[in-house]
Amino acid sequence: MPKRSIVPFGPQHPVLPEPIHLDLVLEDELVIEAIPSIGYVHRGLESLVAKKDFNEMVYVTERICGICSFMHGMGYCSAVEQIMNVQIPRRAEFLRTIWAEMSRIHSHLLWLGLLADAFGFEALFMQSWRLREKILDMFEIATGGRVIFSVNKIGGVLKDMPAEMLSNFVAVLDGMEKELRETTQTFLDDYTVKSRLVGVGILTEEDAIRRGAVGPMMRASGIEVDMRKTGYAAYDEIDFQVITSKECDSFARCKVRIAELFQSIEIIRQAVSKIPDTEISVPVKGFPNGEAYVRLEQPRGEAFYYVRANGSKFVDRMRVRTPTFANIPALMQVLQGCQFGDVPLLILTIDPCISCTER
Amino acid sequence: MKNIHKSPWLLHYDGSSCNGCDIEVLACTTPVYDVERFGVVNTGNPMHADIFLITGGINSQNEDVVKQIYEQMPGPKVVVAVGTCACTGGIFKECYNIKGGVDTVIPVDIYVPGCAARPESIIDGVVKAVALFQEKHDKKKRKERAAKS
Amino acid sequence: MEEIQKNIYKIEQVELFPVIMEKKNDMWRLVQICCSFVEGNYEVTYSFATGYEISNYRLIVGKEESVPSISRVYKSAILYENEMRELFGLNVEFIKVDYHDKLYRINEETPFLKKEDR
Repeated sequence: MPKRSIVPFGPQHPVLPEPIHLDLVLEDELVIEAIPSIGYVHRGLESLVAKKDFNEMVYVTERICGICSFMHGMGYCSAVEQIMNVQIPRRAEFLRTIWAEMSRIHSHLLWLGLLADAFGFEALFMQSWRLREKILDMFEIATGGRVIFSVNKIGGVLKDMPAEMLSNFVAVLDGMEKELRETTQTFLDDYTVKSRLVGVGILTEEDAIRRGAVGPMMRASGIEVDMRKTGYAAYDEIDFQVITSKECDSFARCKVRIAELFQSIEIIRQAVSKIPDTEISVPVKGFPNGEAYVRLEQPRGEAFYYVRANGSKFVDRMRVRTPTFANIPALMQVLQGCQFGDVPLLILTIDPCISCTER
Repeated sequence: MKNIHKSPWLLHYDGSSCNGCDIEVLACTTPVYDVERFGVVNTGNPMHADIFLITGGINSQNEDVVKQIYEQMPGPKVVVAVGTCACTGGIFKECYNIKGGVDTVIPVDIYVPGCAARPESIIDGVVKAVALFQEKHDKKKRKERAAKS
Repeated sequence: MEEIQKNIYKIEQVELFPVIMEKKNDMWRLVQICCSFVEGNYEVTYSFATGYEISNYRLIVGKEESVPSISRVYKSAILYENEMRELFGLNVEFIKVDYHDKLYRINEETPFLKKEDR
């Protein structure tokens, strides 16, 4: 009879940039069950709707998470725009698309770096983060901010990117694509990487649905769902294929994210070539009254925004269901039956963003 | 031994930050900003650490964690609060679960403002922390010597 | 069942389990459960999706009433249901993994209800 023990994991752990706590029930070295306990980053920002008006809430939603900050702002703004029946100018939609895709590249590179760090491949970590800096430089040139740049507003965007700047960015991305190929090739070919990822952390297609997984986690289990295909912002004019993989393991998740990096570069190219020359925002009058929900594809998967307004300055209820929140049940499934030594790595494969999860 | 300077070790903990300052702190340890050229090294173990970088405000649950990490660090130690949330509570100050800045639980030596704090200002904060650490260390040594004689 | 807005259906409590079983058998995934407190009643919205389709089912629950947990059908509902109970004080019965109001471990009780509603 193997001995059962419970090992606490976290909140402060070298592999975790953010605090999460798990109670792991072990049978020798095998994980039988994992029980998450969250709340180390819980701020309760959804309750701020009672104190900050619906315009100020844009800045609060942008600070749900510093990694996908732009898309959180975009989700909240589009929900309010939907309630108020505001059609934002086409150029603003294209600009939002470009910034969203740049955020995706930055987020996926960040994740690749952290993953490399988790299995002890320091050089690859540094390379990924070096490439990521180029995206942050572009954000800085265009908006003045590096990670949180507050360019969304209800009714459009606050800053424009002139044609010259856009073509410069495309040139930078072209150069970056070559370097990216070299770096990501290491992830795909190196035997040390494969030995840690292939066949580890299987999440079958059925489990992915039953546990409500989203984003790359779901697509790596062979489910072809990408909210960008619903055609919000300017995605209806952009031609792209949903990237999936049938292997269902950690390596598949890595592959899907790497392919999405190149896809995002391609989407930016298309968006830059099609961007129309219109205004970037429309004036919005009055207060929102009604309810709306919006679904967006964030780097980590589908995010769900719900806003209910009552016609006053303050919104009644704002709810954000972030992708990591949906992926935690899937993580619990993946952890069952894995080796204790693989736990940090498996936590990373869902691309956890704890401050998103706990808000 | 007089000319030898200390190489303090850094510990980073995310209080309840939005990740923005968090990834900027991490970016500081990568080659583009490379804070390690000032003689510090990043560690994950509080018992090895001399400088405590903390991002985000304090909530009811991480209060004890922060206190515990602070107590586990050997003296002398320097605490750097990175970002507006860590300094005062920032945009989340009015949230029901935020107590305020880091200085509501542990003494803070250096405040780095910004939302998110820029790498340049984080580096500035760390450089100041290194100097302060040396100062605290020298003071401790002098006291010990005085006690001996 | 009545459609109150596009893709949002209002249901009664007796309809809850038939709807959920139907979704489960058709392999829909649970997108989210959202609770809000509107004019003295809880409004619980269950969202399900398959592919790009989405359906939301809304249940109106009185302040003193309770809802049954769906966590035995959809395991991923655990976190949502614990969250509702802790933040809104809505009584969710028989959650599979019950955190007993200790999911976020906050000091304040039901912070999402206004003081006069508590």
